[in-house]
Amino acid sequence: MTDLVRPALAGVDLHAPEHEEHHGPTGLLKWFTSTDHKVIGMSYTITSVVMFYLAGIMALLIRTQLASPNSSLLSFSQFNALFTMHGSLMLYLFAGPFAFGGLANFIVPIQVGAPDMAFPRLNALSYWLYLTGSITMLLGFFTSSGAAEFGWVAYAPLSNAANSPGAGPDLWIVSLLLTGFSAIFTGVNLVGTIFYLRAPGMTMFRMPVFTWNMLVTGILILIAFPVLTAAVVMLFADRHFGTHIYETTGCHMVGHPNVPAACGVPVLYQHLFWFFGHPEVYILALPYFGIVTEIIPVFSRKPLFGYKGMVFATMAIAALSTGVWAHHMFTTGVVLLPFFSLLSLLIAVPTGIKFFNWIGTMWRGQLSLKTPMLFSLGFLFAFLMGGVTGVMLASPPIDFFTHDTYFVVAHFHQVLFGTAVFAGFAGFYYWFPKMWGRMLNDGLGKWHFWLTFIGFWLTFMPQYGVGLKGMPRRVASYPADLGWQIYNQLSTIGAFIIGLGFLLLLINLLISWRNPVPAGDNPWDGHTLEWFTSSPPPHHNFTHLPPIRSERPTWDYNHPEAPALHHGVPVVGNGNGHHPRDPGGNGSSGKEEKVPT
Amino acid sequence: MRDESVFLIGVGVFFGIVGLIYWLTAYEDAGGVLLLGTCFLGLVPGLYYYYWYCRFHGRKFFFFGQVGKAVGPRPEDRPDATLAEGAGVVSAFPDSSIWPLVLGSGAFLLVLALVFGYWLAFPGIGLIITALVGVTAESRRGGHV
Amino acid sequence: MDQPGAAPSHDRHARSSAGPHRRLLAVAAVLVTGLTLSGCQLPTFGAYRGSTSQGQDAFKLWQFFFITGIIVGGFVILLILWSVFRYRRRSDEMPKQTQYHTGVEILYTVIPIVIVLVLFAFTVITENKVDATPPADVTIRVTAFQWGWRFYYPATGKVVTGETTQAPQMVVPTGQSVQIMLGSADVIHGFYVPAFNFSRYAQPGVTASQQRFNFTVLHDGVYRGQCTQLCGLYHSLMFFSVKAVPPAQFQVWVHHLSKNQPSISQLKQEIQANGPGG
Repeated sequence: MTDLVRPALAGVDLHAPEHEEHHGPTGLLKWFTSTDHKVIGMSYTITSVVMFYLAGIMALLIRTQLASPNSSLLSFSQFNALFTMHGSLMLYLFAGPFAFGGLANFIVPIQVGAPDMAFPRLNALSYWLYLTGSITMLLGFFTSSGAAEFGWVAYAPLSNAANSPGAGPDLWIVSLLLTGFSAIFTGVNLVGTIFYLRAPGMTMFRMPVFTWNMLVTGILILIAFPVLTAAVVMLFADRHFGTHIYETTGCHMVGHPNVPAACGVPVLYQHLFWFFGHPEVYILALPYFGIVTEIIPVFSRKPLFGYKGMVFATMAIAALSTGVWAHHMFTTGVVLLPFFSLLSLLIAVPTGIKFFNWIGTMWRGQLSLKTPMLFSLGFLFAFLMGGVTGVMLASPPIDFFTHDTYFVVAHFHQVLFGTAVFAGFAGFYYWFPKMWGRMLNDGLGKWHFWLTFIGFWLTFMPQYGVGLKGMPRRVASYPADLGWQIYNQLSTIGAFIIGLGFLLLLINLLISWRNPVPAGDNPWDGHTLEWFTSSPPPHHNFTHLPPIRSERPTWDYNHPEAPALHHGVPVVGNGNGHHPRDPGGNGSSGKEEKVPT
Repeated sequence: MRDESVFLIGVGVFFGIVGLIYWLTAYEDAGGVLLLGTCFLGLVPGLYYYYWYCRFHGRKFFFFGQVGKAVGPRPEDRPDATLAEGAGVVSAFPDSSIWPLVLGSGAFLLVLALVFGYWLAFPGIGLIITALVGVTAESRRGGHV
Repeated sequence: MDQPGAAPSHDRHARSSAGPHRRLLAVAAVLVTGLTLSGCQLPTFGAYRGSTSQGQDAFKLWQFFFITGIIVGGFVILLILWSVFRYRRRSDEMPKQTQYHTGVEILYTVIPIVIVLVLFAFTVITENKVDATPPADVTIRVTAFQWGWRFYYPATGKVVTGETTQAPQMVVPTGQSVQIMLGSADVIHGFYVPAFNFSRYAQPGVTASQQRFNFTVLHDGVYRGQCTQLCGLYHSLMFFSVKAVPPAQFQVWVHHLSKNQPSISQLKQEIQANGPGG
């Protein structure tokens, strides 16, 4: 047992003999019993990246099938299961957990100067629920009737017992119970840590934007995930307990087959699912916006442009995102079109603010185009176009002819790939040195980026074209006489190029394992608190803390020549540059030495 | 505490307004209920934080009057706080514990019981109860397993 | 010597301090004006021009959104590319640590709001045209099922039905308004005719009289259709077509009642037993 201790004086070394303490388990036991957010974060990262590769292989199988019309490589049943599981793995088991379970878990406590997350054992429980939930969902493949085949959205009545019998769909549904609670507990942890465990001087408006985004994401998780859990519990009840919440035919009193009763409403499922589903995609996007907002200032050697605007834009995006769910339901004909259309169009405004702030950060900077920055730029281009097509989809008359076609598939892949993949792997390359203490090869990283970037555009641009020509989504085959094949072939080639890029990542990881290049505390000259401590950080994260007087405490400490500005206002008094062993600021000022690292 | 309470009360107010507009224009029950529910999700913790803000700052908490003596903001809310002020023990937790794994495994079995047969619920609930007892005992003993 | 009214020389504009940005805006304004005035000659940007009057309204909205997207997106891309190439690290000199600029921030908050409101206004106008359901000349009740379509003309009792690759054909009169009442016998399906720039869900629980939409086909022709909402195993094969013929020919067709059209449940049983395909 240890106390979570913050160093009383910045100069106190917690590892000195008088502070000797048991530092927790080591070796294999560590991965099963540790409650250290860093260990849990690494477990999440590894598991979610494995899910990413699995889902990627499924995507390659899908694209191989679609490269030729009327292909019989896969049966219809196998194909439907593959796109269902590809979407489910990517959205439920990779993009979210990688962001809030992996990167945020590791980084947020360090960025606010905390020794750990607010509820360490709950954090560990989150991981085990996520892991077991992932296994549950994948178990569907091993059942006799195969995995679920109803798409990652599982619309009723397609997902009811009559139309989707078998254990595969049931496993899909119950796995969401596990992963849903995992996410909810992580949301609680994030909000608790950010509200309660910040270091002295780390006021809310000095927190890094990544942390702000994780706070807003945490609230969104608490808003959205319980609704999903409710929706799928009711689906399960309809399937197995004789309820008629979404059923429309054959409704009778439970246990009395001859007594008719009112039936249910399938569109209710859509309302519930998308009330979760739309905030969910912003739960998936906001952390990645945060990652890019960390990387661009560091690699431009400038502070973030428009910090407050960024924070309020994030809040605006999150707020609006909860009011737009029925833009996924425009073609049902039973939703209030202007309400949802207006709010959906308005989301473009705070997103645009973010874009201009990112550009403003780069403007007149000194850009260093290393791998994290390249991936961040890839995100900017991908999300820009994805966002523009999103604005088009927000208009019902346009949505009427693009909904459920490959146009939408291309749109959401651009935004999701732009965030979860480009920005996600930007974060991976950026924080890998901090997490594992060693560098990833930058040359290989650049190859990885360019292959992914080129493959990405080749995969998804033709999909816009073929979607506008009328190719629906979720089709296992298409006719040969419509001229759709060339688009699909190009798309498949692109997908394999992306695959090649990700093979390079595996090689890079292998090289960094075999021939580690030590990273040092701050290989990128980062601005925020995690770059002040060692790589990887020690037990309870800090042996020293710099004075926190702006949103860039590490930068202020390392660059006393640049004036410390807190939102443009010079800091006076206990300002930057004071030696950590002189926290009262009564000692020397002027030229400072860095603490030897 | 002030920023936190403003943030959460803001969430509550926003959803209250949007929920009301939606309820009155869309005549659609599910969305209306969800939005108004989210309003409560913001207001309840927001008012809690507002209470603590009043307590820290000696303010009047609505009609309850003054609820605490002003002790000033916490070190993490003061822009000029020094590290010395926030030093010392933050809280005490075990840094290793078998119980999350046990609880997670129990939940896993319980959930599988829904699919593969209720017999799985027995080991599942067994593990869950064991873990809950274990966690409670662990916390009471200050974290020793 | 400049003639009065002649265009000022390029040199003076090139040296103005807001030069590149102002020129960009001027070019954009000229482009937009030119393209708008040239109306019909605008490219389709990949979509169908629309074979129904509603489809053509939707298409015009699409063009407007697309052009707006190109302008806004193109502007942002240029800014990003400019930053990447112009501001690459050239030295270790510390750049100016600008943190904010209130004026610019207000500008790029207000302008997008205006753009969005304009887009919304045109959306509402077009939406009202596309979704209007005044009484029509011909009414057809469409029922989607796993995995085919049934078209029923209540006025005469004509029924056309078929599953998967049988691709049942809905005949409609050109130039007259048609109202579809859309329902489903089992799960959610999507009624989609790409050339009409339109799709709508066929949903159980939403009665056919609730789910109505009108269209008026402008030219004779055969227009393919397909199910767009995942509806189970043979979703990819749920084809149909719409054939528009002159009204006189339509009247002959719709009065010719054929016997022995299989019922929906018969077709479903057939698929269960033998798989898809007529």
